[in-house]
Amino acid sequence: MKEKLFAVVLRHPVLILLACLVLTVMATVGGKNLVFKSDYRVFFSEENPQLVAYESIQNIFNKSDNVAFIVIPADGNIYTPEHLQLLKQMTTDAWQIPYSTRVDSIANYQHTWAEEDDMIVEDLVSEGQTLDPSALDRIREIVNTEPILLNKIASAKGQVSLVNVTVQMPMIDPVAEVPEVVAKVREIQQKYMAENPGLEIKLSGIVMMNNSFAESALKDNATLIPIMFGVVILTMLFLLRTFSGTFSTVIIIAASIAAAMGLAGWSGMFLTGPSASAPTMILTLAVADCIHILSTMFYEMRRGVAKRNALLDSLRINFQPVMLTSVTTAIGFLSMNFSDSPPFRDLGNIVAVGVMLAFVFSITLFPALLMVLPVRVRVTKEEDRDWTRSLATFVTTKRRILLPGMSVFMLLLIALLPMNQLNDDFVKYFDTSVPFRQATDYMQDNLSGMTMMEISIDSGESSGINGPAFLKKLGVFSDWLRSQPETDHVSTLTDTLKRLNKNMHGDEQSYYRLPEDRELSAQYLLLYEMSLPYGLDLNNQLNVDKSSVRVVGTFKNLTSNELVSLEERVQDWFANNAPEYQVQTTGPNLMFAHISQRNIKSMLSGIALALVLISLLLGFALRSVRFGLISLLPNLAPAAMGFGLWYVIDGQVGLGLSVVAGMTLGIVVDDTVHFLSKYLYARRHRDADPVAAVQYAFGSVGRALWITTFVLVCGFMVLAQSSFKLNADMGFLTALTILIALVVDFFFLPPLLMMFDKTKTDAPAKTAQGVER
Amino acid sequence: MNLTKSFYMLMTMTFLSNPVLAQTPEERGLEIAKEVKQRDFGWADMQAEMLMVLRNKQGEESVREIRIKSLEQEGDGDKGLTIFDKPLDVKGTAFLSFSHPLEADDQWLYLPALKRVKRISSRNKSGPFMGSEFAYEDLSSFEIEKYSYKYIKDEPCEGGTCFVVEQYPVDKDSGYTRRVAWIDQDQYRVWKVDFYDRKNSLLKTLSFKGYQQYLDRHWRADLQQMQNHQNGKSTELKWSGYQFQVGLDDSDFNKNTLKRAR
Repeated sequence: MKEKLFAVVLRHPVLILLACLVLTVMATVGGKNLVFKSDYRVFFSEENPQLVAYESIQNIFNKSDNVAFIVIPADGNIYTPEHLQLLKQMTTDAWQIPYSTRVDSIANYQHTWAEEDDMIVEDLVSEGQTLDPSALDRIREIVNTEPILLNKIASAKGQVSLVNVTVQMPMIDPVAEVPEVVAKVREIQQKYMAENPGLEIKLSGIVMMNNSFAESALKDNATLIPIMFGVVILTMLFLLRTFSGTFSTVIIIAASIAAAMGLAGWSGMFLTGPSASAPTMILTLAVADCIHILSTMFYEMRRGVAKRNALLDSLRINFQPVMLTSVTTAIGFLSMNFSDSPPFRDLGNIVAVGVMLAFVFSITLFPALLMVLPVRVRVTKEEDRDWTRSLATFVTTKRRILLPGMSVFMLLLIALLPMNQLNDDFVKYFDTSVPFRQATDYMQDNLSGMTMMEISIDSGESSGINGPAFLKKLGVFSDWLRSQPETDHVSTLTDTLKRLNKNMHGDEQSYYRLPEDRELSAQYLLLYEMSLPYGLDLNNQLNVDKSSVRVVGTFKNLTSNELVSLEERVQDWFANNAPEYQVQTTGPNLMFAHISQRNIKSMLSGIALALVLISLLLGFALRSVRFGLISLLPNLAPAAMGFGLWYVIDGQVGLGLSVVAGMTLGIVVDDTVHFLSKYLYARRHRDADPVAAVQYAFGSVGRALWITTFVLVCGFMVLAQSSFKLNADMGFLTALTILIALVVDFFFLPPLLMMFDKTKTDAPAKTAQGVER
Repeated sequence: MNLTKSFYMLMTMTFLSNPVLAQTPEERGLEIAKEVKQRDFGWADMQAEMLMVLRNKQGEESVREIRIKSLEQEGDGDKGLTIFDKPLDVKGTAFLSFSHPLEADDQWLYLPALKRVKRISSRNKSGPFMGSEFAYEDLSSFEIEKYSYKYIKDEPCEGGTCFVVEQYPVDKDSGYTRRVAWIDQDQYRVWKVDFYDRKNSLLKTLSFKGYQQYLDRHWRADLQQMQNHQNGKSTELKWSGYQFQVGLDDSDFNKNTLKRAR
């Protein structure tokens, strides 16, 4: 059947070209449906327990996605009449941000105070207020003694303050909503900076982080990835020295990527950070497929075989290994369906489809193109003096040193693997050239970090939050949380109640304490709620039944491990001190911390399982259990070694790196399959002994393997230059792993084959080995 | 002569029968508002019970029970007394307000747990009432001066054919840029109000159900439903025990007797 296929392809190349073109265009049209979602919620499946908990808390209280304007006056003093007026105006303007539901600043802070039996509630900076020095001093004094504001909205030194905007996106069209908010936010930022020379406004908050993820991914897609593709093409051109061959390869890459992404669009998927890297992954295998077919063809042509026959030979020889590699890689990527996070499942499915498309194109469209395009190769009388030949000699002669040497080297690196920490630091995903990172670092140094944890505490009874025992526990907990080393700020109801108690007793400082009577605190809250303006109510802290309260902790920028351990301490505190209350901890940061840990684990175990499956499949395809088992080692080792080496380089494995094992799977398996199949071909069809078979394998695929490796390493090193750590680390570790895979296949696999094959071989084994001894 | 006379007659009749030609949408809107106020004027005093049911997006429910007494004022906002019965921990709390169309209201609250009357000084009328989706400004008495108006169109509604009128709050501390009200042309009852927030996005919709007429004149709805479109929460007000002209007077709306309000 495959012979028929090859015959048709080589006889009617134009027909094949047209057929592929039509099919590709039809598939590619689906790409118009592909949109990029920048909302972090896409990372979580509907049934993700953290998302379910978070959504339910968001439904009970109000949402807490925020944008923080970090407003820094030129003279380093926020307490000037001009600057306070500016903050007031900005607070008003911030209400115009789409989906805003709340704006907090020192200007609109609802200051409460008492005058005999009057309770006065007003904006801290109110309309028409004369801001003389004594008024300014008073405002500063209030800010510096108000726990709600201090170190969250304004710094103690008084050089910077926030205008913090809470937005509640309806999630009807997340593709449009985040950019819509960000556009307005930037418009306000630009306007105020233009009108007030010297004033600086930086932007942070969850919404800006979301946006930076999307923008960084898109920026890399627009700049670094095209450069990477360019480098891949140039390197191929340089190494293969064929214009037609390179051009045809580029067509295969483009067609595979376009069709795969198009089909993803047809199936209703959307793009996210992870699934946007699918093209890069498809590229790796498309390059490998084409280079194998090209280099065998050139090898034959150099020996004087006519182009058509050379191509037919190449297709015959490479069909099985290319198909095996493609199928196994597809299996590997399908293993990403083990992931908890939909974008990674999409990534796996897109790449699996893309890899199979690359396979189909490389045995149809690719030869058809090569038939149509002019390909000229200089015929050499003697066989090419490729350095792979001397490499083969080196490997076969030094195998007794190489096998133990490589084994020790591999074991050493793999031993380092478990020392990596599964950890993510989302802020550090952006290097210091990214404005979001600068803003967030500044905010951390001068105000607070942007890690937040929402702790909802359910008293279990209606109006239960007013109970004195509950309030007392809440107060103790708030103090405890405040005393934790990571904590920058705690927003808690007890602060409000203490202040109200004081106000209700003529502002007597000794009454700055929790009311000791359920009715009293209920009535204070009733009174307070009636005097608050739109958007500044207590509904973000209390549920409708007043049975639950939400405490929001703001912490230094924590890694996912640190945050999860803090969460455990919070849970422990309640288990030990207040087991009678139901406690839930949530928040976007925490959700990411959990999903990154779970995702890394599920991805890595999925890929390990896939590799075992692949090796079984290889054993079956190569008709040998022994070779199937042998292939396990070079298939598994490179990723393990890469991560081992990563421990020396960085030591933190996050969400971004969890895709590396999958990303490199194709190439790693490709190396092994091609080497093994050439080796077996020599053993079975050419009666070669193991040493001769190794030399044959080096001679026929060595060049293709190192060219593929070199091309891809160059390409991924370009990606490693990204300002987006997710891409940079992934690019670097992928390059590293691909390189390691080649080293293993050149220096470890052959000695291994020679050792294991020796014991079971009979007569032919003697010849070559005798020579060497 | 006769001809000129009949011409004037004709002109006058045209203007009388079709006032649209002579009015701007703003004038028409104001006229409708005045008619609403005029038709309900003269209730003197009233009292009623209100059951407030709050629901959040998660489906949690919470109930408040309140009694309300009002005293009609000519030329100023009405006087109101609100007595809280549920939840139990606020039972006996009483809220007295003298509303004013343009300035801040005078407000006092009696806190039984503290046994004191506190005067609340705040310009804020836009915050939620008892954690519900009703803002204080949604519940306070309708005064013509609180808004400027614009008639938009006629539209069929539950009460027959409705005027659709936009109302723009005069108070710049209001939580809204505008309200859109549906008022039936037959009885001038409000059937629906859309509230637009400060960035002019639809925030809430209030619907009125079960209108009943009291004293052959004053229409009151048994049910008011407020749906917040942005946070998915809703609040229902169920009214009962409407009584008009029960003989309340200024002495029932006095901060010095607030302690004894029952």
